[in-house]
Order: sequence, then C-alpha cells, then structure tokens
Amino acid sequence: MLEWSNIVYQYDGSYDGFLCCVFESFLAKENPADIILHDEQQETLFPVKYIETDDVRAGRVKRSIPLKMSQEAEDIVKRAFLSCMEHKETKILAFLRLGYQVGAKVTKLSTHDVVHTIDKAVKFVGNEAHLSLEFLRFSEFGEFLGAEITPKNNILPLITYHFCDRFPDENFVIYDKNHQIAFLHKGDGTTEYLYGNVTFPDPDEEEESYRRLWKHFYETIAIEGRRNERCRMNHMPKRYWPNMTEFKA
Amino acid sequence: MDMFQKLEILTDAAKYDVACTSSGVDRGGEKGKIGNTVAAGICHSFAADGRCISLLKVLLSNDCVYDCSYCVNRHSNDGQRTTFTPDELCELTIQFYRRNYIEGLFLSSAIVRNPDYTCELMIQTIKKLRNEYRFNGYIHAKAIPGADQRLIDELGLYADRMSVNIELPSNDSLKKLAPQKSKERILGSMKQIKSGIQQNSTELVKYKSAPKFVPAGQSTQMIIGASDESDRQILKLSEGLYQKFELKRVFFSAYMPIINDRNLPALDTPPPLLREHRLYQADWLLRFYKFKADEILDDNNPNFNPLLDPKCNWAIHHMEQFPVEVNRAPYEMLLRVPGIGVKSALRIVQARRYTILNVEELKKLGIVLKRARFFITCNGKSASLLRTDNPAVIAGAICERGFSERELAAPEQMSLFAPTGEDKVKCLSGQI
Repeated sequence: MLEWSNIVYQYDGSYDGFLCCVFESFLAKENPADIILHDEQQETLFPVKYIETDDVRAGRVKRSIPLKMSQEAEDIVKRAFLSCMEHKETKILAFLRLGYQVGAKVTKLSTHDVVHTIDKAVKFVGNEAHLSLEFLRFSEFGEFLGAEITPKNNILPLITYHFCDRFPDENFVIYDKNHQIAFLHKGDGTTEYLYGNVTFPDPDEEEESYRRLWKHFYETIAIEGRRNERCRMNHMPKRYWPNMTEFKA
Repeated sequence: MDMFQKLEILTDAAKYDVACTSSGVDRGGEKGKIGNTVAAGICHSFAADGRCISLLKVLLSNDCVYDCSYCVNRHSNDGQRTTFTPDELCELTIQFYRRNYIEGLFLSSAIVRNPDYTCELMIQTIKKLRNEYRFNGYIHAKAIPGADQRLIDELGLYADRMSVNIELPSNDSLKKLAPQKSKERILGSMKQIKSGIQQNSTELVKYKSAPKFVPAGQSTQMIIGASDESDRQILKLSEGLYQKFELKRVFFSAYMPIINDRNLPALDTPPPLLREHRLYQADWLLRFYKFKADEILDDNNPNFNPLLDPKCNWAIHHMEQFPVEVNRAPYEMLLRVPGIGVKSALRIVQARRYTILNVEELKKLGIVLKRARFFITCNGKSASLLRTDNPAVIAGAICERGFSERELAAPEQMSLFAPTGEDKVKCLSGQI
C-alpha cells in the first residue's frame, strides 16, 4: 500500500466530487492523509488542496469501476459513500486502489482489512435502509403524505424507489432531518430532492383519528402473557421509536 | 358500535393467530393502483410480546356458530359480537397502508351461519378491496374448511397467501377439543388449494394473463400444549405437511389458557413458550438445513432437550462427525455446525476460495464462535478452548444461558418443559 502523502484534499461533498479526488490522487501520484468537506474546519498541519468537481474527470472514474472491477464493486462504493463511517472518503479510496490492482475479485476479499471496513459500513447502510422501510410512518396533511426520518447514514436515496413504486399516485414527502434532505414525489410521477429544513403542519382531526386507531390496534394485538421487551427491542431498536406513530403521545 | 370498539374486539379475537408474514411474492406497483409486494416480506412494527406486525390482522366477524373449547370466539362464550362491513374494512386497510403502518390485510373470520356464507362474506370484502379500492398490496386470507370448492377457488384469485388452520396436531385432539372440525375437512381444503396452485401454474405457462391463484403459497398453524402429542409427533406432522401439501410455512402457537375446560390445561398453566421456540428451531432445520425429522428426534428421545437447541443437541450426539475443517468441509457439513447458519456457511465457502481461514478471519466474516468453536478446526488447529473428547463438557459449555449450575443439578428442573424452566429461558422467537 502507498505511503500517506503530506497533503489533505478538500471537496464539495458530492459523489462526483469524491470521484474527482480519486482522479487527482492517481494523477498526482499521492495518497491524501485525509479527504475533508469544503466547509469542514481544517485541523491539520498538512497543506490542503481543493479539488474542483469536474464532470469529465468524475465520468472517467465512474466508468472505470465496473470496467476494471465489477458492477458489484460500483454498487458497494456508492453505498459506502452514503455511510456515516468516519473518514469514509479515504477508506473508499483505499478500496478503489486495491480494486484497480486485483480487479473483480476485490469484493470477495472479505477478510482483507480494507475490504472488511467497507463491507461493515455497507452492511450498516443496508440494514438501516431496510429498517427505515419498516418503521417509516406517513401522516396525511390534506394535500400530501409526509414522513420524517432520522437515520445515521444517508439512506434516503436507497428507499425512495420502494415508495415511488408503492404509491405511484400519491403526493408524498420523506424528510431526513439528520441530513436535512427531503425527497418529493408527485402523483404525476415527477420527483425532486430539496435541501434544507422542512416543517410539517399539525395533523387534522381525521389524521388524529387514524393515529388513535393504529395505536389502539398496536396495543391490542400484543398477547400480555407473552410479553417480551428484549425481543421487541432486538427487532425494533429504540432509536426508531420517536418517529413511529404507535409510540407518540 | 364505533370503529374504535369494533377494531378492538375483532383484533383481540384474531391475535392468537400466529402467521403474520407478508412474504412469498414480488409484485411491482401499477399506475392507478395502490401498493406492491416484496418477496422477503416487510415487518412494520413489533408488539410488546416481540411478535412482528406486518399485516392488519383482524377477524371479519367473531360471531361464531362453532363451539371449539380452546377458542375465545366459541359460541358458548360470553362477550360482544360484531362484524366489519366490507367498506369499513377496506377503508381501514387503505388508510393504514398509505401511512406505511402495514403491508396489507390478514383476513380471517369466525364461522358466521355456515362455512359457505362466511366464505362469501370474505370474498365480497377482498374483491371490493382489490377492484374498487384498487389495492395491490398483500392479502392473506384464511380458507374456511368445509366451504364449497368454488368459493375457495374464488377467494384464492384475490389473495396472495391462503392458510387452513390444522388447529391441533392429531385427529384425536381435534375430536376432543374441536368436535365440529375434522381432519378430513381441513386436509381436504389444503389439497384443494394445492391443486389450485398447480393447475394455475400450468395455465400461466399457456396464458400469460391468467389470473394468479395464491401466488405466495399456503401455510398452516397448530396449537401446541393444549393436547398431549409429543414433540416428535408434531415435527413429523409438519415434515409431512411440507412434503405432501408443499406448504410454505407451518406455524406453531403456544397454547394460552383463556378458558376453563376440563379437557384443557388449567388456567394458571404458563404458555409453553420454550417448546414453541424449539419447534421453530427444528422447523428451520427441516426447511433450510437439510435435516430430516428423524434425525432431530427419535423414539428414544421423543421430546426436545430444554437446555440445548435441536442443532446443538444433534451435534453433541454425533461428535464422531466433528470437528470439521472450515477450509475444506462441504457446505452441507458446515450447515450442521452449531452456531453456523446459512449466511455464515455461504460466507465461509466464498471467502476460502481466496484466503486461508483462521480464527481471526472467521471473526472478520462475522461468524459467531461461541458455539461453533467446539466443532471446527481452522487450518488444522482446533478453535476450542476445552477438550472436545467429552460431549458432556461441550454440552455444558454451549447450553443456553439463564440456568444456573444449581438449577441444573436439581432433578425437577430437568423434567421436560417444567413451567419453572420456561420462565428462565426467555422465548426468543418473534420474527416468524
């Protein structure tokens, strides 16, 4: 593995921007000690190089991954980029370096430290995305359905397809409060992402009554003689509860 | 009666039904309809008892003419009787579904007037949900044993999964506790659904647009602990059901005493949760681990070991087949190692093509060594911390937590499924 170079990259935080960092690192034959966001406080003694996002460079790296490695490797890289793992950029860069060396089998080397790190992050992303499909709750606000989620990883792009397929005629908004991103779907099939803060209105009487019905169903369906808190918590970690209708006052 | 009360009564009456899975069929969404289905199924919540909530599980009606002694809805039991109108239930399903509370509807019913009439009510409701409310999500319908073939066939065209409750593990128990139901009727309905599925699959080959009949297959459930069958009898029965009727799942339900009846366990009998848990573990061994029922339990050991799960129990009695070398053992043998499941075995098989596996590598693959370590070698080296020549020592090391040594020594604790034992080992099954 390459020695660390005495340099830190700074980029705009986008996936394309990250791919340009990868491009730069190969072009300049250097292995940045860290890759940080443009608005991140610089706490390093190393010189910082700002990497411009460039479509052509990003495109070249993007195309090279399935070509030199595999489609699976590209999926893994994309998912790892959504993770909340610390220093994910340098870790993914290390994975790509290994991938360019060994080719398609990079995804199979699950016992290699570099791959193991990425696998763990990707697994966390996948699990959290799945749990979000389960525990996300919409409320009806007259014109549209709205849901608020608070995931650790940036899983919103992974769950939108499911809801668009499921509710093709609905207007709905899914808002990731932690990452301040909202996804908007309209009944005519158009979609868009919005960045920033979103506040939902207060529920109306009808919405309140369905919430009460659901809460009551939830409480009634449990068999008291089989109460098992640990089992419930294993399947449904407590950190999801605050966004779930059945646990709201 | 308002909706709130109705929902309470008809949920309360349906909650002892176990199956709540939404799995078995992948169906994409469609413009103009609401919903899709996902083959793996999606749980949307977990109740305080740890069981998954995937479907809106309710009875259409609890106004039953039958008088099965183990059932809360039995005719001679006091209590309020009510029935959903088709529109009430359709509206509720759609509104819950839109809010992502549920994957769909699980519709069962008490026998109103007679089986045919009940089945017609169910068809009316589900048909409305599909055609008028344009619902494209998951529907699990309970087939009513004894209903006309034509009605069951029609119900199957709107449902994704159907189930017929086998209720009790033997005909004798059925006669004693559910005199109006019979084995012949129950198995007859099962056979009917099976042949419907088979016939439909040949039609689908000929005509792509033929309507699908129960695309997610059928399942069944039985009550455990209300009658005196042995675990071996129950397991053999489920094996037979998987083979003969090609069921997707057999569910077990620990009997909760809710009724005082001289034919039934006393009201203060705790539900046999551990026994139910062991049955599910054995069920998994049948379906995913290529075990036969006869390997798990035999005439000398007709009941499960309360201290060891069935796989550990098998391994302890077959120490001559261990240890297995993780770098070379065939996949089927890896599956038989306690602590190594389907996912772990697949990961091992894949990873060992590229590298030699030692304990360190196994940990990176996420293999849990707590039990497995006594049954494997890594590259010739034993991973065990103990000598492996005495099965009793290994059994002691891998038996389940919750039993202290003192309790193990007490003879009454060793009796199978003594109620005190069950309180110690908490039931783990939830996501079934």
